Amino acid sequence: MKPLAHIHSRTVVLPHENIDTDRIIPARFLTTTQREGLGRALFHDWRYRADGSADADFALNQVAAQGCEILVAGRNFGCGSSREHAPWALLDFGIRAVLSSEIADIFRGNALKNGLLAVVLSEGEHRYLLEHPGIELSIDVAEGFIELSDGGRFTFELEPFARHCLLSGVDQLGFLLQHERDIANFESRKAA
Amino acid sequence: MAKTLLDKIWDAHVVRDETASTPAILYVDLHLVHEVTSPQAFTELRQRGLRVRQPQRTLATFDHSTPTLPADAAGKRPYVSLEAESQVAQLETNAREFGVELQGWGSAHRGIVHVIGPELGATQPGMTIVCGDSHTSTHGAFGALAFGIGTTEVGHVLATQCLLQRKPKSFAITVNGKLQPGVTAKDLVLHIIGTVGVNGGTGYVFEYRGSTIEALSMEERMTVCNMSIEAGARAGLIAPDATTFEYLRGRARVPQGAAFDAAVAEWSKLKTDAGACFDHEVQIDAAKIRPSVTYGTHPGMVMALDASIPAAANAQEKRALGYMRLEAGKSLTGTPVDIVFLGSCTNSRLSDLRAAADVLRGRRISQRVRMLVVPGSEQIKRDAEREGLHEVFRAAGAEWREAGCSMCLGMNGDIGQPGQLVVSTSNRNFEGRQGPGVRTVLASPLVAAASAIAGYIADPRELLAEAAA
Repeated sequence: MKPLAHIHSRTVVLPHENIDTDRIIPARFLTTTQREGLGRALFHDWRYRADGSADADFALNQVAAQGCEILVAGRNFGCGSSREHAPWALLDFGIRAVLSSEIADIFRGNALKNGLLAVVLSEGEHRYLLEHPGIELSIDVAEGFIELSDGGRFTFELEPFARHCLLSGVDQLGFLLQHERDIANFESRKAA
Repeated sequence: MAKTLLDKIWDAHVVRDETASTPAILYVDLHLVHEVTSPQAFTELRQRGLRVRQPQRTLATFDHSTPTLPADAAGKRPYVSLEAESQVAQLETNAREFGVELQGWGSAHRGIVHVIGPELGATQPGMTIVCGDSHTSTHGAFGALAFGIGTTEVGHVLATQCLLQRKPKSFAITVNGKLQPGVTAKDLVLHIIGTVGVNGGTGYVFEYRGSTIEALSMEERMTVCNMSIEAGARAGLIAPDATTFEYLRGRARVPQGAAFDAAVAEWSKLKTDAGACFDHEVQIDAAKIRPSVTYGTHPGMVMALDASIPAAANAQEKRALGYMRLEAGKSLTGTPVDIVFLGSCTNSRLSDLRAAADVLRGRRISQRVRMLVVPGSEQIKRDAEREGLHEVFRAAGAEWREAGCSMCLGMNGDIGQPGQLVVSTSNRNFEGRQGPGVRTVLASPLVAAASAIAGYIADPRELLAEAAA
């Protein structure tokens, strides 16, 4: 995992509420045994028509969305399944942060463990970003704030351990492995 | 201090307390593994030179990518793709190399991971149970803290038998009263999701309680807990009681004889203390629940089957009605049906198959309908066949398939065609879930069977009344 301290990008907006993990990546793309290369499947049935052509109306297909690293999504983003293929697909596509007023628990955990920043904003802040697609944002992960190109500034909370892992680019397995003795002790107590 | 059931299970599994800067290290008693969400985790272990810490606490099976049509004479299975076949083969390799038990092809107990855990008695009260699958909440029916995790966490559990977790909040869902005839556990949980909302449980663990819940069988309790995630709650709990203990008695992996009695004595302590506080509560009157179905594109868009389709409350609901080709104010019953799917970790157990067979016995499904019946496990398939249920389904014109997840998520190629309407006993009605452009109506096995016969969405109470007359 690469360290993630700052993100500076325009936003792309998907205002729909309850964008579920089947929308993010349909189940038929889950037969892979790799983490890589899933960007092609991201929002597949939204991005492409039945004949395989790109749907020009879909926000991520528009010229303005090229190179955008910040996705602003409607409330309850990532609901549904536990498939980690959802954050893998977003990252592979080039998205590095998802902002919403509510993000489903399992998706949020999966995202943060892969270096995809998942941030919950207040309803007012969220509405402002929904209403200003393409606004340029500068996100400071360490300090927990977002600077808007129009001078606005939002702050956000992040679970401290997830923040630490994002900033230092370390994964959580290393932390667990360091506590092998605690785990072994717990197992002996349990067996007793 | 008075504790909730969640507190008790949580406290018993904390290896290291949470601090301001780090989550708790939580011990996992049972790790269920399937082919879709595990390969990258095993790869990680290989790359780091790690082994599976507790193979005897790990149980693998394949269910998502597996065909539900049988192998041909040469033993070749009709996989949807080479990639699906190689994903299953990958789990066979990983299980062998890491010493993990696999209920695979030819095993008497292969099946949907959330069906076989309880069936084997591997799922037990007071446990922590995880799986790379959001419907792990099913196992909460036994008073186990069970929740879905991502693949990175699958790797954590394989390597350390632990997870890093902040403690979730508690949410009591109290249901009292008697369910009306024709109203099943599926209707109950759909009604609950409709009440709480598709995101109302985010950050919480549900505890289902009250006289209605206590009166449910274990299979019904599993149906309820299964769909906790559809309201955003990672887990749903029901305190274990005599119903739980009788279900578990004699199962392969539970203690036997005197050891079972000792286990029951311990399990009996697993209930929320009087006076314990929940972070949130809701009360539901069971008597008011009618057969319920979804009419939109998320499981929170629920209506009583005999009501008229609700008006769209916002742009998203309007879009959902458009996708479903439904009109507010009209009745949902009478909508033509193309496919009926009876199966999934929500409703593929023997009691579900029996309930549908009771409606179908001596009847034929409509010529316009294709009906797939997919038992949850090899064991359920055998039990159903012993009772002759497969003959009832076949005589009615339905297809009797091999065990697996099948059309619930359509990963194995069991999908509908664009525009088709599926009445499905599964758990998710997301756009495209059962195939691009496919419209899903979530329903109970009774509604599914009645709709298969009618060829349009139908109320099973009419057929049940006929049968009783």
